[in-house]
Amino acid sequence: MIQSEAVPKPRRNVELLLLVLALAVGIGASAMVGLNSAAAFDSDFWFQSSLLAVAAFAFHIVLRLRAKYADPVILPIVVALNGLGLALIHRMDGPADDTGNNQLRWTLIAMAVSIAVIWFLKDHRILRRFTFISLAASALLLILPLVPGISAGEILGASVWIRIGPMTFQPGEIAKITLAIFFAGYLSSNRDLILLAGRKIGPIQFPRFKDLGPMITAWLVSIGVLVFQRDLGSSVLFFGLFIVMIYVATSRISWVVIGLGLILGGGFIASQIFSHVAFRIDSWINAFTPEVFGRSPGGSGQIVQGLFGMADGGLVGTGLGQGRPDLVPFANSDMIIALIGEELGLIGLFAVVMLYLLLFTHGFRAALGTRDAFGKLLACGLSFAIALQCFVVIGGVTRLIPLTGLTTPFLAAGGSSLLANWIIVGLLLMISHTARGPVDTTPLAPAAPATAASTATTEAVKRQ
Amino acid sequence: MNDISELTITALRFGFLLLLWILIFSIVSTMRRDFMIGRKAVTGTPTAREMRKHPELAPAPQPVKQHARQLVVVEGPLKGTTLALSASPILLGRAQEATLVLEDDYASGRHARLFPQGSRWFIEDLGSTNGTYLADQQLTRALPVELGVPVRIGKTVIELRP
Repeated sequence: MIQSEAVPKPRRNVELLLLVLALAVGIGASAMVGLNSAAAFDSDFWFQSSLLAVAAFAFHIVLRLRAKYADPVILPIVVALNGLGLALIHRMDGPADDTGNNQLRWTLIAMAVSIAVIWFLKDHRILRRFTFISLAASALLLILPLVPGISAGEILGASVWIRIGPMTFQPGEIAKITLAIFFAGYLSSNRDLILLAGRKIGPIQFPRFKDLGPMITAWLVSIGVLVFQRDLGSSVLFFGLFIVMIYVATSRISWVVIGLGLILGGGFIASQIFSHVAFRIDSWINAFTPEVFGRSPGGSGQIVQGLFGMADGGLVGTGLGQGRPDLVPFANSDMIIALIGEELGLIGLFAVVMLYLLLFTHGFRAALGTRDAFGKLLACGLSFAIALQCFVVIGGVTRLIPLTGLTTPFLAAGGSSLLANWIIVGLLLMISHTARGPVDTTPLAPAAPATAASTATTEAVKRQ
Repeated sequence: MNDISELTITALRFGFLLLLWILIFSIVSTMRRDFMIGRKAVTGTPTAREMRKHPELAPAPQPVKQHARQLVVVEGPLKGTTLALSASPILLGRAQEATLVLEDDYASGRHARLFPQGSRWFIEDLGSTNGTYLADQQLTRALPVELGVPVRIGKTVIELRP
């Protein structure tokens, strides 16, 4: 356990320096895109760049005021990714498209909400009081798209959107945060019961059903609703979140084994029952077969065009704005990783993967450093949600696993995902503030003994 | 596009990739401190200068600590029994495999566990029916047991002694 006995250092100036670099990446990318198209450095470019910069510096100032000891690396990474995403989405806009401006609007909204979370919440431990409210909220958010009045109907084979005025919104994205809060709150208070009570069958100790009941219910609700909504990616995400948080809370490897088994089993059953899952798996295994390539719906054209694009990019890429990503369907959302691979090459793609890796490790550092069990579990769950999203998307685009409809955090076009991920960043910053700052002795939540982890079971005791 | 030469564009292309990696390397190098986890000196025991500037940072003189050497039953049917403590955990309860078999109707089969962690002993309730009390507080999680603090299990009270 790393308890920092150091003099706590805010390191906000480091953040400011990195933030300038990150903005240089984001704005540089959009300048490069402009350079290669007709409209270089027009008033639009300056307006949008300055909006992004102002928002980023505003966020930085809020951190100076409210979360002085927050991890100085998280904000620059996220700003760099978001800026790069904005440039790439602008680059894909046709003359009549407004996706880029829409994404910028959502970026500003998301940053504002994230700032509001940091400003008004002040301490993540307050969220622990809302454990069961979060469960109810998650269920509500997941059911919303099925309610006739506000449902936006089936878009692209999944009914996960709701309509608010002119905008569509994906409430499931927010549900991943509320579910993480619920899991963290429930597991941090019931960890010992799950760990110690229960009967042992073979090498595995099974918890009592009543201890695990709410967890199973939460999981069944999310999976059930998602099967109804035919959103494969999100159900993988929720399931992964469930397994990881229970593993982190109990440190029993058997959960991971059971979880992987259930995912494989569930995937097999889903591929037998649902045609869209079967199509996804078929177009993953037999991607290069001509009949699969041209099939509609459920062909592999998208993946294969993305692979061709990345192959064309090679090591250093074709340069921003010079590839042909218009050949790939959804190049600005699902396939944005393929677009990066094409225009920035392997070197650029690895830089992006590296940024995600750093973001993830810093999320986990916040989890390691914070002293309350709830914060630890929440930070683990939230950073793992980002990591799993990256794995599922990048793995899908590079044909490591079947392609599922998850969004690339911060990069892909999509307001709800952007909003949810910025809120996650706000929470991680807040947790890292308590992790890195001086010991906070306010008796808000009784800190569970993290080091007194009772991982050993009782059978080790022999009569002396 | 016409007025910018091919060479400039290529230079900018590579320049951008370089910029991306410069960002990554600066992030990693600012966090160099954090990667040295095992070495306390590096992760930040305050230096002599920092201690002079902030006196509160100086490590407090450690009180001489006595380690628990034995467990004594001070009340209940087994009163007077002592048990030498070693490095291994101790199971308390009515079950025959328990380290200290309590002949106490109010104790559960596998009632509580006493285990060493660092230089301290912790007590943890194993989901017993009647609960375990550390200094009249019912246990909800594992807690450290200080010397001479009574731990009550049913009608039995035990203490740790040096």
